[in-house]
Amino acid sequence: MESVDLIYKAIYILVIFGITLLIATYSTYFERKIAAFIQDRVGPNRAGPLGLLQPLADAGKLFFKEDFIPAKSNKALFIIGPGIAMLVATMSSAVIPFGDSLIIGGHEIFLQAIEVNIGVLYVFGVVSLGVYGLMIGGWASNNKFSLLGAIRAASQNISYELAMGLSLIAILMMTGTLSLREIAEQQQGFNWNIWYQPLGFIIFLVCAFAETNRTPFDLPESEAELIGGYHTEYGSMKLGMYLFAEYINIFVASAVMATLYFGAYNFPFMENLRSAISDPVLANNVVTLVGVGVMFAKIFLFIFFFMWVRWTLPRFRYDQLMKLGWQILIPLAILNIMLTGGGILLKEYLF
Amino acid sequence: MESLFFFLASLTLLCALMVVISKNPVHSVIFLIITFFTISGHYILLNAQFLAAVNIIVYAGAIMVLFLFVIMFLNQGKDSSAEVKTSTLSKIAGAVAGGLLFVVMIAALKDATVATYDPESFNSQIGMVENLGMVLFRDYLLPFELASVLFLTAMVGAVMLGKKETGETHF
Repeated sequence: MESVDLIYKAIYILVIFGITLLIATYSTYFERKIAAFIQDRVGPNRAGPLGLLQPLADAGKLFFKEDFIPAKSNKALFIIGPGIAMLVATMSSAVIPFGDSLIIGGHEIFLQAIEVNIGVLYVFGVVSLGVYGLMIGGWASNNKFSLLGAIRAASQNISYELAMGLSLIAILMMTGTLSLREIAEQQQGFNWNIWYQPLGFIIFLVCAFAETNRTPFDLPESEAELIGGYHTEYGSMKLGMYLFAEYINIFVASAVMATLYFGAYNFPFMENLRSAISDPVLANNVVTLVGVGVMFAKIFLFIFFFMWVRWTLPRFRYDQLMKLGWQILIPLAILNIMLTGGGILLKEYLF
Repeated sequence: MESLFFFLASLTLLCALMVVISKNPVHSVIFLIITFFTISGHYILLNAQFLAAVNIIVYAGAIMVLFLFVIMFLNQGKDSSAEVKTSTLSKIAGAVAGGLLFVVMIAALKDATVATYDPESFNSQIGMVENLGMVLFRDYLLPFELASVLFLTAMVGAVMLGKKETGETHF
């Protein structure tokens, strides 16, 4: 790889990292605003115009609070816990194609940090590691409620990972590739996977809620039963990192859903737009930039959906959660695989 | 590449040792997870990306979560700093058994030749998903399917064992 490409790549990675953190920061603001809207309140409106500086104020408060470590906790793991949660959360955006290629000065730059031919597996692997931050932090707190939260997080994560993997298999059977870039390219124009995989998408969506520990699956931190679950003993920026990691996970889950099912950076009539501009380089760049905008619009819609559900649905009971995962979602996902396989065979037979 | 391999290999051995040495079972599990990561690193160095990802998903992502899950239930209510008591006899027995294994290893590896690859027939893409799928579903289809039947049997057995029986409960 040339050094120029390396510099572009470094800039791109830094930009994606910054955007991830920015979106996570402002997700906290929009969560409170949306909650306020749904409950007919005003929401944060003191810090800055429309309360836009509220996330900065929150972060400042969390940084300056006393960094408290319980006396009987396992100190090393207590500190490492939030770090792992944050590290794992920021890892998965590396393989997501946020846009097609830009052509600058004869260089073709793909708007994707790393292109690996196992992109889907990479995302799945990182998602499956997400629970360690919660488990280690919850155990190291040496508190019964934290431990219960950690144990719930583990069993929930394991249960929903299966259904998630099975719903992904149907997508892989259809696209025939594990690379997220190729999956995105196959959904050219309006040929999105959601039209072929509606059931798979619903299963994936439910599992994404469970994997990110969002309501109605936020049993690891249900404050009514477990005080705060795995983060009962946490305060100051360590707590902030757990909350931050949750919002980054939501962003990444939204990006993955947009890529796998909603056509990533593809939008209807993109070929018309491309042919409307005479200069091919300019046309490519305009289509790519609009595509990036469309991708982020899709991501924001999903993030809004996450928040909408949080303030609409109540929490599941624990046995209901397990029943939904094992007795409803997994059989449905297997049915979806069979239907997809049948569909592929039928298509080959007919055409 | 060479130095990366030696760094990864020494890290793997160190973490694997720490799994055995750590007094706290939770620390052991965490070192075991790091060991799996370094092994995945070795797979990537060997250009077997699929194997690396599956190793992370299956071992680090699922099995180790269950390990941690079970170990977190242990030692509850007791002082976690209480050390495991080992008698002198079992220490001696352990040392003898380990030493014997070491002797056997040396005897076996003394005359072993280090296999190198043939540059003529070497295919760097052999570990990629496509090639792995071709090999599994074309050359080794029967063993692959038999292994999956074996897994299914084990799963049914596990469900049978875990299921509550009607009548008196045994636990």
